[in-house]
Amino acid sequence: MIDKALPDSCDLAVIGAGPSGMAAAATAAALGLSTVLLDEQPAPGGQIYRGITETAAATRAALGADYRRGEALVEALVASKTKYSPGSSVFDVSPSGEIAFLAGGRTHLLAAKRILAATGGQERPFPIEGWTLPGVMTAGAAQTLLKQADLVPSGRVVLAGSGPLLWLLAAQILRAGGTISTILDTTPKANWRAALPHLPRFLASPYAAKGLALLARVRLSVKVVSGVTFLRASGGERLREVTYRCGSAEVTVAADALLLHQGVVPSLHMPDTLGCRILWNGEQRAFQPEADEWGATSVAHAAIAGDGAGIGGARSAARRGRLAAWDAAHRLGRIDRAERDRLASDDLAALQRDLAARRFLDVLYEPAAAFRAPTGDTIVCRCEEVRASKIEAAIAQGILGPNQLKFFMRCGMGPCQGRLCGLSVTEMFAQARGVSPAEIGHYRLRTPIKPVTVAEMASLPFGEHADKAVVRL
Amino acid sequence: MTSDYDIAVIGGGLVGTAIAYGLAKAGQRVALLDEDDRARRASVANFSLIWVQTKGLGMPEYADWSRGAADLWPQFRDEIAALTEIDLAFTRPGGFHLCLSDAEVEARSSHLSRINAQPGMTPLPYEILGHNAVREMLPDIGPEVVGASYCPLDGQCNSMRLFWGLHTAFYRSGGHYRSRHRVQSLAARDGGFIATTESGAISAGKVVIAAGNDSRRLGAMVGIDAQVRPQRGQVLVTERMKPFLHYPTITVRQADEGSVMLGDAIEEGDTSLAVGTDVLAKMADRARRMFPGLANVNVVRTWAAQRVMTRDGCPIYDESRSHPGAFVANCHSGVTLAPRHALTLAPLIAGSHVAAELPAFGTERFDVSTVY
Amino acid sequence: MFRRFTDREQSNVTILVDGRPIVAKATDSVAAAMFAAGIAACRTTAVEDRPRGPYCMMGVCFDCLAVVDGIGSRQGCMTRVRDGMVVETQKGRREIGR
Repeated sequence: MIDKALPDSCDLAVIGAGPSGMAAAATAAALGLSTVLLDEQPAPGGQIYRGITETAAATRAALGADYRRGEALVEALVASKTKYSPGSSVFDVSPSGEIAFLAGGRTHLLAAKRILAATGGQERPFPIEGWTLPGVMTAGAAQTLLKQADLVPSGRVVLAGSGPLLWLLAAQILRAGGTISTILDTTPKANWRAALPHLPRFLASPYAAKGLALLARVRLSVKVVSGVTFLRASGGERLREVTYRCGSAEVTVAADALLLHQGVVPSLHMPDTLGCRILWNGEQRAFQPEADEWGATSVAHAAIAGDGAGIGGARSAARRGRLAAWDAAHRLGRIDRAERDRLASDDLAALQRDLAARRFLDVLYEPAAAFRAPTGDTIVCRCEEVRASKIEAAIAQGILGPNQLKFFMRCGMGPCQGRLCGLSVTEMFAQARGVSPAEIGHYRLRTPIKPVTVAEMASLPFGEHADKAVVRL
Repeated sequence: MTSDYDIAVIGGGLVGTAIAYGLAKAGQRVALLDEDDRARRASVANFSLIWVQTKGLGMPEYADWSRGAADLWPQFRDEIAALTEIDLAFTRPGGFHLCLSDAEVEARSSHLSRINAQPGMTPLPYEILGHNAVREMLPDIGPEVVGASYCPLDGQCNSMRLFWGLHTAFYRSGGHYRSRHRVQSLAARDGGFIATTESGAISAGKVVIAAGNDSRRLGAMVGIDAQVRPQRGQVLVTERMKPFLHYPTITVRQADEGSVMLGDAIEEGDTSLAVGTDVLAKMADRARRMFPGLANVNVVRTWAAQRVMTRDGCPIYDESRSHPGAFVANCHSGVTLAPRHALTLAPLIAGSHVAAELPAFGTERFDVSTVY
Repeated sequence: MFRRFTDREQSNVTILVDGRPIVAKATDSVAAAMFAAGIAACRTTAVEDRPRGPYCMMGVCFDCLAVVDGIGSRQGCMTRVRDGMVVETQKGRREIGR
C-alpha cells in the first residue's frame, strides 16, 4: 500500500490519514477512482488512532475499545488500491488544484481532479498565564505520548479544562497505571442550564452511557475541583505550581505536569489554502469551512471531511469520509446520483443522528469567556511571544481586526501560522467590541501550510515566466 | 454647511496614514477612511527598504525626492519614537543589488549610469563591486555572486512597525480613524466634499485620495486622472534568525527582529493574490545561491500582493483642476517616502500648494495632449 | 514527568541529547524520547530567550523545535529517532548555515 513511486496525477487526492481520510480513500479506490492518500505522519491513524499499527497490547488495553475501531479502517485502507504516501507534508495547493508536498526530503507536485481535505482539527487554544512553561502541554499531547510511545504522565499531574477528551485522557492515564493529583474542571456551571434541552437526544445516543460510566470511574479515584474560573501555571524555568480559583478561594498546588484541554476545533489551514469559504459556527464557537453533508465546499474541486468540516468525533469522521468519497465518484462520473444516494443512506442517517446527539456536549463544554480571551500578561501568540495587554491596547486604538493586528504586532506571524493564537485573537476582538466573532473574522493564512526550507522551495519547478518575473536584466 | 472634518484622507495604507498623520499634526481635523480587515492592501506587502539607488530614471526630480526622503528618515524616526515609543529600526548602511551573472552586473551598471547621465540629476554615489569586495561587507555570500551595485544612500526600517507607528502617531495626534469606510462615491458639495461610504456619508473641506489601486476610480469622480495599475509582487519570509546580514539588498533582507525576506518578483497583468510556486521557487533558488547558508532555513510565510504602479514608476501628487481641494497621492514606495508624505506633502496639501510646489509629479505628465 | 508503562517489542536506539546518550524506542519521536528521559524543554525562544518544550505533539504548535543532526528548527514531535542521531537544544533564533 505504501507506494514510493507516486503518480503526478490522480482522480482523488485525500489529505490526511485519520478516520475520514482512511475511510474516504478506501471507499473511493474501491469504486475505481485512482486515489492518492497523503499524510504527514509516518503511520496511518490521524490523531485519534495515532500509532494504531504499532501500539503495544498493554497500551491498547489502556486506550480502550474505541481506539481499536481504527484497526478496521487501516485494514480497509491496506486492502484497497489507494496509493498511500506517509511522511508527506502538503505545504501548498494552487487555485487550479495542484498539490505541492514534501516527502522524503524532496518536493513533489500532484495534480488531482478532486481534492478531499481530511485534515481534522486541533485543540482549542487555552491561553493562561504560564502556558508556555515546559511541563505544560495539551491533554491531546499527553494522549499522543500514550499512544505513540507508551508514556504515561508521572509525578504530580494536574488536568485542567473541560470537554470529553479531558475525561477520556484521565481514564486512560488511570488504566495505564498513572496517577492524577487533581482535575480542575473549568466547565461553567451556567452551561448546564443551556445544555439541558439537548440532554434527551444525548442520552439516547451510545455516547451517553459510555461517557457517564467513564466520568464516574474517574471521579471515584481522582480529586475533582469543579467551577474553576482562573488558572495560572508558574515556576520560572519549568512548571512547578498551578494556581486556580474556585469561588473566592485561590489555591496553589505543586505540579510536574499540567495538561490543558478545552475542546477541539477544525483546522483551517488546508481549507483556507484551497480557497474554501470559511464560516463561524456559533454552536461550536469555531470557524469552519462551509460544507454540505457530502463535504462539498464553495470550491468546485475541493471537499472537506471529518472534524475539519466541524467537530463530530471519530465515528462521524469516518462516515463523512465515505460520503465524500461517494460524492467524488458521482462527480467524476463513476456512479450516478441514485447510486451515490443508495450507498450513502445508512451513513447519512447515522451522521445526522450522531451530530444531533453531540449538540449537548457542544453547549455544555463551551469554554468560559475568560479562558477564550486572555488578558494582561498572558502570552497569546506563543511563537512571537505577544502578550494580551499589547493586543488589548491595539484593539482599544481602533485597529481593524486580526489581520491588521498580525501586521502591527507580528501576532500569529511565527512558524505555527496562528494555529495557537488565531481563535484567541478573534475572541479578544469580539469580546472587546461586543460583537460576534463572525463579524471579526480570522487571520488570512499564508502559504506554506507547513514550513519548508529555502532549498526545498527552490527545488520546485520554474521556467521562463519565473525567470522573467525575478531576474532583472 | 459645516463639514465633519477639515480633510478626509481616503486609504489607510502607508501613504494615506503618513499624510493623515502629517495633517493631524498640523492641527487639521482629519478623518482617515479605511476599508476592513481583509482589504487588499499593498502596504502589508513591502520589502522595508529605504531605497534610493534605482529611483529617478526619466524623472530626476523623483531621484531628489527619494534621496531627500532618506535624509529625512532620522528626524522622522525620532519624531515617531517620541510620540509613540515605537522603534522604526531605521538603519542606513547603504544597500546592495546582488548579481548572479555578468549580464546582471552589466544591466545594473548601465541603469545607474543612465540615471546619472540625465540633465538636472544630482549624481547618485554608487559603486559596482566585484565578488571579493562584496564579500568583505557580506561575508555569507556564495561563490555564484558575481558582483553587486552598492549605494551608500540606501537604508532599511521595520515597515510593520512603521505602519503601526504611523497609525499610533495619527491616533495620538487626535486623528479620527474610520474603519469599514470604503468610499463608494465622492462628490463636491458646498465648497467641500462628500464621501459616501459603506458606513454612511463623511463631509470634509478637502479630500486626499491615497487609495492605492482604487485611486483611479475615485479620482475620476473629482476630475483627477490617477493612472495607476496593479503590478504583482511575491515575497518569501523565513523564521527568525540570528543577525548575519547587516546591509539591505534588494532581494534578500534581514529584518531587525531576525526574519529574512526573499524577493522580489514583478508580474504584470495578474491581479490575483495567490502565490505561484514557480516564482517562489525561482526567488528561493536565487536567495540560496546568494547566501548558501539559507538553504536549510525554514520559509514560514509567503505572500503575493499588488504594487501601486504609475506609468513611469514615479509618484503622482496633484490637486484637481476642476475640483480644487481634491488631492491625489499615489506611489509604490510608501516606506521610503513616508517622511516626505508626513513632513513635506501633508503641509503642502493643507496649504493647497501641491501643484505649485511639486509640478513634476502632476497627472498632466500622462496627458497625451500635453506638449513638452 | 512521564514514564513508560509497558515495554513494546521495538528495538532500542541510542540518541545523543546535548551530548548525553539516551535510549529510546525506534518508534519514538525525538520529543517523546526526550520526555521519556525527563527532558521537558528542547529550546529557548526566539524573542524572550525563555525555555520552551513540546506542547501539542501533533505538529501544529512548533514549540518542539530542536537542532537535529546539525540542522536547526526540526519539529521534534514529527521527527523519528534514529540510532546515533545527535539532538541539541536550540538556543533562541536560528543560525545561518545550520
